[in-house]
Amino acid sequence: MRHLRLVPDNTTIPFMRMRRWTFPIAALLSALSIVLFIAIGPNYGIDFLGGTVIEIQTKDQQPDLGKLRGELNGLGLGDVQVQTIGADNSVLIRIGQQTGGEAAQQEAISKVRTALDGQAEFRRIDIVGPRVSGELAWNGALAMIVTFVAIAIYVWFRFEWQFAVGSIISAANVVIVTFGFYVVTQHEFNLTSLAAILTTVGYSLNDTVVVYDRIRETLRKYKKISLADLIDRAINDMLGRTVITTVTTLLALFSLYFFGGEVIQAFTLAMIFGVIAAILSSVCVAAPILIYFGLRTDSMNDKKTDDTKSPTKGAQKA
Amino acid sequence: MLQFTRWKMVAILGTVLVGILIALPNLFSKETVDSWPSWVPKRQLVLGLDLQGGAYLLYEVDKQDYVQKRLRTLVSEIRKAMLEDPRIGYSGLGVQGQGVQLRVRDLSQLDLVRKRLEPLRNPLSNSILGGTPVNEFDLSVANDGLVQMTYTQAGLDQRVRSIVDQSIEVIARRIDQLGTTEPSIQRQGADRILVEAPGLGDPERLKSLVGQTAQLTFHLVDATVAPGQSADQARKPGTIVLPSNEAGGPSYVLEEAPLLTGEDLTDAQATFDQRSNEPVVSFRLTTGGARTFGDVTQKNVNRAFAIVLDDKVISAPVIREPILGGSGQISGSFTLQTANDLAILLRAGSLPAKLTIVEERSIGPGLGADSIRAGKIASIIATAAVCAFMVATYGMLGWIANIAVLVNVILIFSIVTLLGATLSLPGIAGVIITVGTAVDSNVLIYERIREEFRSGRSAIASIDSGFHRALGTILDANVTTLIAAIVLFYLGSGPIRGFAVTHAIGVATTMFTAFTFTRLMVAMWVRWRRPTKITL
Repeated sequence: MRHLRLVPDNTTIPFMRMRRWTFPIAALLSALSIVLFIAIGPNYGIDFLGGTVIEIQTKDQQPDLGKLRGELNGLGLGDVQVQTIGADNSVLIRIGQQTGGEAAQQEAISKVRTALDGQAEFRRIDIVGPRVSGELAWNGALAMIVTFVAIAIYVWFRFEWQFAVGSIISAANVVIVTFGFYVVTQHEFNLTSLAAILTTVGYSLNDTVVVYDRIRETLRKYKKISLADLIDRAINDMLGRTVITTVTTLLALFSLYFFGGEVIQAFTLAMIFGVIAAILSSVCVAAPILIYFGLRTDSMNDKKTDDTKSPTKGAQKA
Repeated sequence: MLQFTRWKMVAILGTVLVGILIALPNLFSKETVDSWPSWVPKRQLVLGLDLQGGAYLLYEVDKQDYVQKRLRTLVSEIRKAMLEDPRIGYSGLGVQGQGVQLRVRDLSQLDLVRKRLEPLRNPLSNSILGGTPVNEFDLSVANDGLVQMTYTQAGLDQRVRSIVDQSIEVIARRIDQLGTTEPSIQRQGADRILVEAPGLGDPERLKSLVGQTAQLTFHLVDATVAPGQSADQARKPGTIVLPSNEAGGPSYVLEEAPLLTGEDLTDAQATFDQRSNEPVVSFRLTTGGARTFGDVTQKNVNRAFAIVLDDKVISAPVIREPILGGSGQISGSFTLQTANDLAILLRAGSLPAKLTIVEERSIGPGLGADSIRAGKIASIIATAAVCAFMVATYGMLGWIANIAVLVNVILIFSIVTLLGATLSLPGIAGVIITVGTAVDSNVLIYERIREEFRSGRSAIASIDSGFHRALGTILDANVTTLIAAIVLFYLGSGPIRGFAVTHAIGVATTMFTAFTFTRLMVAMWVRWRRPTKITL
């Protein structure tokens, strides 16, 4: 029985020669994301801005958004956005942060309740006060920084410092580009989005470590070829695995995207983007960094065996 | 790598079996599970509020409000202390920022002032461990006669801590009386209280019960103010002006010192007024309270007294005759439910400080059910798609991988059930991501076996060294992910935490299945088929 092979055996794709343009492209995309982030900024949700989100299901099958908007704007609550979501008669109402702190938010929601009483069923109400929203943003940033540091230490112990630097830069690249994705698409950026980004960090690190593990092993096996060729060989050897894993992960994520319901659709979309970015980043960013940071091809050998086993080492480096 | 001792085999299969048994009750309804015999595991998954619907209310102690109130009490304590014999003359006594200040006229009395005010610094006895006692206030007496008492940070922190503890007790008593839902009430950080009520779609009633301070006081109405005269103009020392609780109602000028407070009540019930048949709240007073009330009403027949709840006047009846029996009733255009709620509040006692809602999330049961349904469908489709792909790529070994992933998912659910952790919608996403990455560990193993075979080893040797080499990679990759997941669990909140729980557990079970279960199944397959060629 013949099995499905997505990647032919014995590929010799010169990934490291391609680094001359893949690496700058990755850097450019990151820079662009940062510029967009500062210039335009993501569409922050209430988790980080404070404010109120209400999801209602109207009694009418076809809700009259104009009428709803008129009624709600008449309440004097500042900026009120009304839009339909998912099922036909589901409506999402966003109300900005009220001036006057937490108590004012509570007053706003009771005004909306009175106004819509009898017209609709309240499916979900989220109210985030100004103090909590600041904390949520800070906690998210803190979680990301601590994750980076903890993992850098682990990788440093298990590999060499160049690997630690590489895995962090690669993961940071994924995070920044995914932020860029949120800015460009203007999908709402909330706590769940942050969870999605943090997950892609985990996925990216996982994938980078798998690639690095193979590079380390190849380093130990071959001593006479250049680092670039070594890395190429390692990546080509495991290209089959990389593609198969990408396909299975994306299969899982796409089912979640199409069938998982509206609540997590934005979450999975960011994950899909992040997973693809992570896999490309492991090959195009994490691997070349080892060359840029001058990893020595003998760094993986024990000092004792070094001299006996690789007599040409000195010549090769010169 | 492919040799298993008998006891090891038993241990691996036993673990998987126990996992299946623990996860099993989740497939059945609560009623079915309850009817099972007692020795069967019955624990079921705790669903998050986003899946079963419910209300999440995060309250914060309003420190500023509390401090202002406390300082006002301090002002009157100081006033009283200064009146003691010999009297100390002062000016400008009042609240200033986080403290109280005054200026002593006669500078020769400064030592006396220090002695008088020292007890008011109010040492708080927290030192179970015998540390230095904490004072609530700092006292500074300057040589020019300026005296300041300011809140100490330690004192305020400790006050807030005990306010949170007391509030949790009061809230628990109030909710107990409600009797319908089983919410959880927990402290969050230094000054917050989290109330979670699963299954409660509309939190309005809960909010009105939990958030109300319910400070009840009885005051005499100042009789010297003519009706119709503007309340603000008539204000004089020792009186306060409070609004009516009905919109557009009149303001009242009241004597500041309360006759009675909520603490003088022993019981409160919602009943009907015998004459008007309107809902009212009838109360009974403690013995001490009854005596005070009897005295006051005897002396003040035909004067009005006001019943004040949270600085709003509910009603101000005129005393027709002395009330000596120690019981009475509060009327004030109640409905049966508002009367009932007020009775609950009075029975449970007042909150020691004002609480504000800083975060509120409520999910109707309809939306939760929709999410569960969508989550189920997505999980089934994701699993089916991945399984089909694996079989197409690896044939028989693909089936083994699929069984391993299935066992993995079962183990995740059984551990979540066992720990009593909450499964939320992001948690389901965490499980699905695990399906994706658990497959990765199988892919790593199989690709490795394939490589080994192509480099010229025998089939069995390839399988053996394929496992050996891939497991090192799997370990490093998964430990990295596990670190990330654990950090997220400890530092994240809400959806991030929900995701981190299942993801961390998933990484752990992935390692378990890759190192033991998958290996065991492949070993059994090898023993059965004796492959000489590897067709991957």
